[in-house]
Amino acid sequence: MCDTCGCNMTHGNQHLLAPGGKLHKTGQGNEAVTVLKNLLSENDHIAVHNRQHFDRHGVLALNLMSSPGSGKTSLLEATIGSLGNRYRIAVIEGDLETENDAERIRRCGVEAIQITTGTACHLDAHMVHDALHRLNLDDIDILFIENVGNLVCPAGFDLGQHSNITLLSVTEGDDKPAKYPVMFRVAELVALTKVDLLPLLDDFDPERARENIRTLANAAPVLETSARQPETLQTWLQWLEDEIQQHRTHCENAETA
Amino acid sequence: MHELSVCQALISQVEELAQREMVQRVERVRVGIGPLSGVEPQLLQHAYPLAAAGTLAENSELEIENRPIRVHCPTCGKTSDANASRLLCAHCGDWQTTLVSGDELMLLQVEFIRETDNV
Ligand SMILES: Nc1nc2c(ncn2[C@@H]2O[C@H](COP(=O)(O)OP(=O)(O)O)[C@@H](O)[C@H]2O)c(=O)[nH]1
Ligand SMILES: [Mg+2]
Ligand SMILES: [Zn+2]
Ligand SMILES: [Zn+2]
Repeated sequence: MCDTCGCNMTHGNQHLLAPGGKLHKTGQGNEAVTVLKNLLSENDHIAVHNRQHFDRHGVLALNLMSSPGSGKTSLLEATIGSLGNRYRIAVIEGDLETENDAERIRRCGVEAIQITTGTACHLDAHMVHDALHRLNLDDIDILFIENVGNLVCPAGFDLGQHSNITLLSVTEGDDKPAKYPVMFRVAELVALTKVDLLPLLDDFDPERARENIRTLANAAPVLETSARQPETLQTWLQWLEDEIQQHRTHCENAETA
Repeated sequence: MHELSVCQALISQVEELAQREMVQRVERVRVGIGPLSGVEPQLLQHAYPLAAAGTLAENSELEIENRPIRVHCPTCGKTSDANASRLLCAHCGDWQTTLVSGDELMLLQVEFIRETDNV
């Protein structure tokens, strides 16, 4: 589609594009080619391809990221419990090892594809592409992609998702957005999870966590959830329903265009 | 550990270019990296010789240009420097800024050596 598209172009570096991919001589007489290409452009192109697959089948794809143990699988279990009878849900599970999470999801009556990454600390668009061809996308409304538990690496790899969801459990500390800005800056929704534990913790302030996210110039909604208290999930479920509606409209418009 | 996969992606782009230009050896590779790309320049520097071994880029030099974090503020219209965990406008303090630079992960330039005994 685009060989030197500079998928990550920002206003600040657009001027660098000018020389194009032409050869010129350096001071030492070597030949040099000036390129301006995202190092992950191959991944990004597969991500674009994945997104086209999703859109063609009207699937909303959501990428869940957090530290290990922040409650991604638990939130998915609770979500399937609440929305499973109205929407067709499927899950791609990324983990270093084991099928445990996929089995937990299957016990909820939902299809789950496990990707074991071995030593890779993140999912990439290739892995998701392989997994999505094992699913029947026509039978899916929402596809959750549970990324490998890691607050650093997954943020760098576009998978073709429509939104990034980052979880921060209250036991991790409200300063984590400031310590992991790369991850929290790109979140389209942040869930502060395990809020049932807040009464036991004297140093997690949801308001401070929210402020730390705003300080990253991120206006994403910051919700407070507990997989143990279904009544806390209302805003999350409503957000999901709104996303599905918007995505359907988007896909229909794209089809008629 | 994802610096190694980034490095492998970099090397494959460099090799592709070297093949296109039909050169035998890569001398120097220049990349631009912003702190908000999530890639640690030092780790990338360490991973580079490993990823380059056995390729046309073997023994080449990786030059990393650290890109500054800059934000634009729609409220006051100014652009300012910022740091990774504080992307506020330095002029009026507003938080609703947009990133102008600082998340780049870019291949900028590749320098080749062409053996010239035959043309
Ligand atoms: N108290 C409490 N524990 C939770 C909650 N959500 C998850 N957990 C526990 O946290 C641990 C890790 O949860 P899991 O969903 O596997 O996290 P993941 O690694 O992010 O998928 C498990 O022991 C869960 O029971 C919650 O809302 N409240
Ligand atoms: Mg899990
Ligand atoms: Zn495909
Ligand atoms: Zn301002």
